[in-house]
Amino acid sequence: MSVGPLVDIGLALLILSLAVWIIATRATYRAAEGFVAYGLLAALVWVRLGSVDVALTEAALGSGLTGLLLLRAAARLPADDPAETSRPSPGLRLLVGVLSALVAAGLAAVVLLLPEPAPSLAPAAMASLPETGLGNPVTGVLLAYRAVDTLGESVVLVLALAGLWSLAADGAWGGRPASLRSAPAGNALRFLAQVLPPFGILVAIHIFWIGADYPGGKFQAATILAAMWVLVLVAGLRQPPPVTSRRMRWLVVFGSLAFLAIGLAGIGLADAFLAYPDGWAKPLILVIEATLTLSIAVILGLLLAGPPADDRSEPGS
Amino acid sequence: MSLALDVFTVVAVSLGALFFLAGTLGLLRFPDTLTRLHALTKADNLGLGLVVLGLLPQVSSPLGWIGLIAVWFLALLAGATVGQLMAGAVRPAPLPEGTADRRGGERPS
Repeated sequence: MSVGPLVDIGLALLILSLAVWIIATRATYRAAEGFVAYGLLAALVWVRLGSVDVALTEAALGSGLTGLLLLRAAARLPADDPAETSRPSPGLRLLVGVLSALVAAGLAAVVLLLPEPAPSLAPAAMASLPETGLGNPVTGVLLAYRAVDTLGESVVLVLALAGLWSLAADGAWGGRPASLRSAPAGNALRFLAQVLPPFGILVAIHIFWIGADYPGGKFQAATILAAMWVLVLVAGLRQPPPVTSRRMRWLVVFGSLAFLAIGLAGIGLADAFLAYPDGWAKPLILVIEATLTLSIAVILGLLLAGPPADDRSEPGS
Repeated sequence: MSLALDVFTVVAVSLGALFFLAGTLGLLRFPDTLTRLHALTKADNLGLGLVVLGLLPQVSSPLGWIGLIAVWFLALLAGATVGQLMAGAVRPAPLPEGTADRRGGERPS
């Protein structure tokens, strides 16, 4: 007998009970910790479903980066945070519960009423894949068929960074991002920050490169690069650049600009915005992925580094 | 020969799983942070090491071996560092000579 179904049932039970625990727990910090574990379990679920691309992204971005942002937010909330001490009225809770149950029932109905076989664009996606020179259909969807979505995502990240920076106090503008500044790092952390980055950069380049034919790609590679940078920042080996640094700002928008320029060139050289001329798809996609990897890595690192703070004020938590 | 290698794999991976089980038990049952860290790092170091050792004969390419060993090495590195960080967080560094200890003396409970 195969152990596959047993593993699946165990995973499903585990992830459901963890989700209930995250909602039920009263402490914000613990809920954020639970969210990190939840993301890793979700990544395992994606592996079981055969979506390794999504699993990598979920583990790196969904669990790792988002988890870190949530943990930081939870640590900054005051101890007498109203969300932890007060409860909404019973009527509101009932309403929220009923609405949530309705959404869950709707989703369940949609999944259960799917026609057999379920409608799929996968054969069409695979049929046109050779024209792009790619071997990984996910990369094909992200950078050829639905490139406009990916362009939008890269711009959203730039906007998110602008939104984060807008939280800075007026007096702090022009300073360095301060959220990663903390107590002086111990020897162990400094050692790790010196030893790990070469490995991390190698793994990131590998993930970026194989993204053309196997699960991987720019977002996963950029997250690893950002993690290495943040590790160096946390260990205090380097300072984040001031938010007014021109070079850093060019790096932030570089990927989106290159993507946009190639997309606009497509109007003249091919027949539409974001269309690639015949035979040029693979090299152009490579250029877009490389520039986006760099830009996304810088943006993710800066998102974790937080808004700028006055150098004279107390270091952030 | 391949049967012997398969037996070796099963034995080593099972032993590794046993270490993970023991480490998890220790994490849940040990009384304070430092002993829990001890249990956790044992599971990472020995458990993962045995699993990797057991999987090596099943991989034919040298690149696969390097990958597996790199996973173990990186987990060792990360585990050791995180262990140090957490232990440092619960046990403040000793004060310089000649200064009175005016900290609250918060022992891990």
